[in-house]
Amino acid sequence: MKPFDYVRASDAAEAHDTAGRIIAGGTNLIDLMKHQIETPSKLVDVTRLDMHEIAPSDDGLRIGALVSNSDLAAHDTVRRDYPVLSRALLSGATGQLRNKATTGGNLMQRTRCPYFYDTAQPCNKRQPGSGCPAMAGVNRILAVLGTSDQCIATHPSDMAVAMRALDARIEVARAGGGTETLPMDDFYVLPGDDPSVETVMQPGDLITAVHLPSAPTGHQTYRKVRDRSSYAFALVSVAAVVDTDGGKITEAALAFGGLAPRPWRDTDVEQVLLGETPSDALFDKAADVLLADAKGHGGNDFKIPLVRRTLKAVLADLTGVTR
Amino acid sequence: MQITLTVNGEDRALDVDPRVTLLDALREHLNLTGSKKGCDHGQCGACTILLNGRRINACLSLAVMHDGDEITTIEGLGQPGNLSPLQAAFVQNDGYQCGYCTPGQIMSAKGMLAELDMGWPSNVSADLTDIPDLTRTEIRERMSGNLCRCSAYPGICQAIEDAATEEGMTKREAAE
Ligand SMILES: Cc1cc2nc3c(=O)[nH]c(=O)nc-3n(C[C@H](O)[C@H](O)[C@H](O)COP(=O)(O)OP(=O)(O)OC[C@H]3O[C@@H](n4cnc5c(N)ncnc54)[C@H](O)[C@@H]3O)c2cc1C
Ligand code: SF4
Ligand code: FES
Ligand code: FES
Repeated sequence: MKPFDYVRASDAAEAHDTAGRIIAGGTNLIDLMKHQIETPSKLVDVTRLDMHEIAPSDDGLRIGALVSNSDLAAHDTVRRDYPVLSRALLSGATGQLRNKATTGGNLMQRTRCPYFYDTAQPCNKRQPGSGCPAMAGVNRILAVLGTSDQCIATHPSDMAVAMRALDARIEVARAGGGTETLPMDDFYVLPGDDPSVETVMQPGDLITAVHLPSAPTGHQTYRKVRDRSSYAFALVSVAAVVDTDGGKITEAALAFGGLAPRPWRDTDVEQVLLGETPSDALFDKAADVLLADAKGHGGNDFKIPLVRRTLKAVLADLTGVTR
Repeated sequence: MQITLTVNGEDRALDVDPRVTLLDALREHLNLTGSKKGCDHGQCGACTILLNGRRINACLSLAVMHDGDEITTIEGLGQPGNLSPLQAAFVQNDGYQCGYCTPGQIMSAKGMLAELDMGWPSNVSADLTDIPDLTRTEIRERMSGNLCRCSAYPGICQAIEDAATEEGMTKREAAE
């Protein structure tokens, strides 16, 4: 690790340090600092700030940015009303890591692209303009949607995929003052020309909470496909909230992990389903819309049929269609 | 930086560079070499300790972030002649071969059983709102953060089952 100064923030003002880098659970940042992929000159430890609470809000739930992944997964309300979120959290990492990992840190975790992790290689995300060896290289785990000609990295979080399906909003306290509560598609930035920019966070900004709206009425599920049955990042994952009434689909919220640089949601896919009678053919139509612009790079081509099958299986389960 | 850690019930004052991980502080500064360094990147579980009662990977944590915190290491769980039920069960069941992963396995199991006692669900729990049972499937899922190169997994699982039963935790059947 490169030397750095360490400051423990005792109030929000101290956390808004434009020269510092926030550290919470440390499970991603310390790893990256050991590899010297991240080399902050100053760490601002926010773990003693008062952001550990899960509390009912006007219409839903407010999750403090420091709530651990374990506490969130085990919270009674989350287990009962937002099971897709519990399931997504429990499918990620390990018991030890979930005890340390925080809600804010999980949202901000960086890609697992093997070239991003190898400082001997060029990488547009680490060093803008240096190139992207993943495009013609080892890209089995990388993205097929939302990419640019600069970067095909995925966002690796499970938690964020469930939150995207639940229409979560991210509360950000800006360094310059003021608080914004952002929908996730406004929070995450697609790679475009500069894949080093991943979110709208600016130096000194602090994620303070995540807001969940009132619990959806539909059935919820999180299905994660990976190389081992435990302790592996998703190849693809689907977070789904689906309801039917009188044989028609009345609610559909679908978010995808492992496919894109951010938890992926495409409401056009949901429009295909709404008001229709669930069937295998209908699910294929939804997958066609999802994958219309999907682009593989060789090693990750398999994700395109894999997510189609995973989506169809999830929809069949939640609507009771027998396949 | 000056910090104080309460390690195995004792206050220990330390002067550490901010870069020192909690694992290195324990091993190199406090000479508690029971906690092992396998990968140093949060992947193997050999460094598992309890932080304020919860299991974490000590290698992915900075010592300076834990001023005033309570740490339990394998040395604090029991000593030769006075082993904790988990330690004794690992000996009885051959829950190891080379022994390198063992302190991490035992500390992880200690934290895991406490989580089970609090009713935390896991990825293999069929019903999230039910109180989970200590089945073999649950143990395997909950212990997946502890790798064993010698693949002593059957003994490890058996040791955990035995120790938990001795401590009066419920056990329905082992699923396999
Ligand atoms: C071996 C291993 C396996 C894993 N497997 C999975 C998996 O299967 N699924 C999965 O989803 N994740 C997985 N993870 C990733 C894990 O979920 C993240 O490391 C964790 O969620 C990060 O949270 P943290 O609090 O430790 O973040 P930190 O490491 O403390 O911080 C990460 C980033 O977030 C920023 N940050 C933190 N808090 C705030 C805040 N409040 N405001 C603004 N910025 C903030 C930091 O500046 C830093 O850039 C795995 C990690 C490891 C090491
Ligand atoms: S895909 Fe993105 S993160 Fe990976 S090498 Fe290319 S630019 Fe870097
Ligand atoms: S040494 Fe900490 S997890 Fe491997
Ligand atoms: S006993 Fe050798 S690594 Fe587990």
